[in-house]
Amino acid sequence: MIGRAFELFSRRIDGPLMATLALTVALGAAVVYSASGGASVDRVAGQLRNLAVAFAALWVLAQIHPQLLMRLALPVYVGGLALLLGVAFFGELRNGARRWLSLGFITLQPSEIMKIAVPLMLAWYFHRQEQGARLRDFAIAAILLAIPVGLIARQPDLGTAILILASGFFVIFLAGLSWKVIAGLGVAGAASLPFLWGMLHDYQRQRVMTLLDPMEDPLGAGYHIIQSTIAIGSGGILGKGWLNGTQAQLDFLPERHTDFILAVFGEEFGLVGTAILVLLYVLLIGRGLMIAANASTVFARLTAGAITLTFFTYAFVNMGMVSGILPVVGVPLPMVSYGGTALLSILAGFGILMSISTHKQLVQS
Amino acid sequence: MMLGQALRDQQRELTVFRARLMLAGLLILAGFGVLIARFTWLQVVQRDHFYTLAEANRISVVPVVPNRGLILDRNGQVLAANYSAYTLEVTPSKVADLDRAIDELDQVVEVSPRDRRRFKRLQEESKNFESLPIRTRLTEEEVARFAVNRYRFPGFEIKARLFRSYPQGEVASHAIGYIGRINEADVKRIEAANLTTNYKGTDHIGKLGIEGAYERELHGVTGSERVEIDAGGRAIRALSRSEPLSGNNLVVTLDLELQKVAEAAFQDYRGALVAMDPRTGEVLALVSKPGFDPNLFVDGIDPQNWDALNSSPARPLNNRALRGQYPPGSTIKPFMALAALEYRKRTPEFSISDPGFYSLPGMTHRYRDWKKEGHGVVNLHRSIVVSCDTYYYQLAVDLGIDAIHDYLARFGLGAKTGIDIEGELSGIAPSQAWKWNRFRQRWYTGDTVSIGIGQGYMLATPMQLAAMTATLANGGTPVHPRLLKAVQNAKTLEVTPVEGVRGEPVAIKPEHLELVRSAMVGVTSPGGTAVKAGLDAGYTIAGKTGTAQVIGMKQDQKYDASKLREEHRDHALFIAFAPAEDPRLAMALLVENGGSGSGTAAPIAREVFDFYLLGKRPRARQPLDPES
Repeated sequence: MIGRAFELFSRRIDGPLMATLALTVALGAAVVYSASGGASVDRVAGQLRNLAVAFAALWVLAQIHPQLLMRLALPVYVGGLALLLGVAFFGELRNGARRWLSLGFITLQPSEIMKIAVPLMLAWYFHRQEQGARLRDFAIAAILLAIPVGLIARQPDLGTAILILASGFFVIFLAGLSWKVIAGLGVAGAASLPFLWGMLHDYQRQRVMTLLDPMEDPLGAGYHIIQSTIAIGSGGILGKGWLNGTQAQLDFLPERHTDFILAVFGEEFGLVGTAILVLLYVLLIGRGLMIAANASTVFARLTAGAITLTFFTYAFVNMGMVSGILPVVGVPLPMVSYGGTALLSILAGFGILMSISTHKQLVQS
Repeated sequence: MMLGQALRDQQRELTVFRARLMLAGLLILAGFGVLIARFTWLQVVQRDHFYTLAEANRISVVPVVPNRGLILDRNGQVLAANYSAYTLEVTPSKVADLDRAIDELDQVVEVSPRDRRRFKRLQEESKNFESLPIRTRLTEEEVARFAVNRYRFPGFEIKARLFRSYPQGEVASHAIGYIGRINEADVKRIEAANLTTNYKGTDHIGKLGIEGAYERELHGVTGSERVEIDAGGRAIRALSRSEPLSGNNLVVTLDLELQKVAEAAFQDYRGALVAMDPRTGEVLALVSKPGFDPNLFVDGIDPQNWDALNSSPARPLNNRALRGQYPPGSTIKPFMALAALEYRKRTPEFSISDPGFYSLPGMTHRYRDWKKEGHGVVNLHRSIVVSCDTYYYQLAVDLGIDAIHDYLARFGLGAKTGIDIEGELSGIAPSQAWKWNRFRQRWYTGDTVSIGIGQGYMLATPMQLAAMTATLANGGTPVHPRLLKAVQNAKTLEVTPVEGVRGEPVAIKPEHLELVRSAMVGVTSPGGTAVKAGLDAGYTIAGKTGTAQVIGMKQDQKYDASKLREEHRDHALFIAFAPAEDPRLAMALLVENGGSGSGTAAPIAREVFDFYLLGKRPRARQPLDPES
């Protein structure tokens, strides 16, 4: 009985990847517990529910053959785009941003769907170019990417827009966009920086300025970053111990169970803890890159590669922002921060990786 | 061919893909390398710096304010005490819309219009991040009601604090003074005295009187508590504590019961009285009427009360005993008589025939005696008993202004007495040099004439007159009046008496002293100007009445108190000591616009003596009569 259940649950599950994921989320739940004051289990219970849902999604996606996923790419992308347009016209305004769409029975954040849909769509597009991708194909791929990114940036939700832009760019990059074009884009991007600066909202500009000089406004814009670096730095090598971080437990860290949870982690577990977390991420990413390298179709390769690199982007942007080397953008620490939506899209991504990893042999045979 | 091409393309695509994946992998490792380097920088290299910052975040050193010392009268009656009460305080910078918040608060805990006015005034005087009381003395029920609604009022806090109270109200208010909230001038003084640390957490400081002068004794030493706080500033737990040291209790020289009798004796008159032990200079009563209720000042006076006190024509905030400078009038005569004897300008036997006025040789201007028809033949004794002006006009001219100045200065005229509370003025003992310095004018003999009867440029405070009288009473040893009798250490309860300072005796020949004393006893005896004051006393009072003009009279004008507006009536003065043979109490008093010294001032002195010497309280009080 137990054996049968185990067989069911482990069906098409990549063992090493699953083990590393489990270790990471367990660590995350422990830190969420600490970040919630260590007194109430409500939030941890909520996070466990989120984990259950996310792992269910992972399991389901792992069962789906990449071939089917590829067929779903276009409809999901078009549907997501429709929802984004819906947000632009009928979206709910919350905290000055239009990110949510109420369908009466459920409130959706369509940009989250696009985190998966965009890399799938682009991978599908390149997969179809059997003769190999030409420059024209890259241009079309760029347009397919630019539309959702533009819509999301307008909401405004710069953090998500950048992550989706990154995920799409990873597909294009891995599909073999020529270095000349990449260099050209780099130059053009650098040249348009002043223009982009002008397009930013005041609060976004403020975040960049704050990164450069947090002490300019220590109780306002600079507060988050000052307190989080104090927390991490004061943790030292071994940390202050679980539930013993003073910055965390005495409310000095804002958003400490969501975007700034790394500060709690760093304060309570020290450099040893942050190094272990980085190591876990390296293992996950390494496994993801191996799956991508060994995938059998263009679609599978590009999808697996993009998902892995996007995951890295999440981790890097969050850790960079909390430790004060990147501007503050609303990106959670993957699999550690409290919150269901981000967890769902990340574990869904790993589900797809597992599907690619475990269905490979069947295609080859 | 086509298939081969496709395969080659696929092969090429795979090679490119793997190469790029490899490159990405290297970049990822580099990225994590940067992060690890950053964490190492923060957590190893800079760890101590950030640890210090984190500790500074969580540890707050909270001052523990010492209890202020009590003020007791010489018999242990409480003049200033502390009580603990709840206050509701607000930090304005933490509240977005203060007016609305206060309106809402009013639904929970009543905030009266007076509270609001008082708060507005406090707010104007203080910085935005200071915690200011909006309501004081909350009841237990109000505290509970607020606690339930606390979440609605960020920035508001209930605090248990010690408050100062003055149980005697207006009684002795000018001597006790009051404490008030520390203002900018106080902060500067605290900084100058290097006491900033000791005043952390202290909101109040002595402003006037004993409270002001003995601030250091009363305040005590502030303790401290290291407290772990959260980001909202709420204390989570205490880490360590050093206890404060309470301020010392002060025993003052005042006799509360005597003070009450003296104040009551003034009835509705304005004026001042200083009574002291002539042997020690201990001030037993210090009256300045009207007084004020010092309790009003403790937590910031509201503008209405403040305006009332400040704009009242009676000037209740003015300490007349120390700061009122009045012409001493005829009360100066005993001292002038001593000067004349000392300088051999008069003998006891020398007599004049008083026609009712005096004129300088070769001049027609008449300096009039208060008695139009004159006193007839007057010697030194009689000059004091009947207060003959003509005698002293001539005497002053014979002495000359500088001799008068020098002699009176030995009694302390023209200099502060050194009473141990602040604000004292020094009066004026005029001299040629003084007039030159002040007006760049030479002294005329005409200026000297009215000095003889304590008018003209001469001014004295009631405190000075009392000290001079005490010196006269004790046989010529200048006294240094003081209000502090003893200090009680708050911890050991050990009482340390304050040693009085005695001055160098003024040389008064005993026979001269005896002469003047007996004349002053004559003042309160049949035939004297204050006969009623001495009537059936059962002890002897040596006194001297005085009247100080408020407005000048023309040559042919007759003074008629009933026809003058009250504020233009003369001030009434009286100096006295008793018992005359062995003086135990010396005093000077002044009744503003009281008319004559004998009618209003002397009866007040009698009530004070009766109580002090006989323990007798006045029965049905006769109205004071300015015209008798």
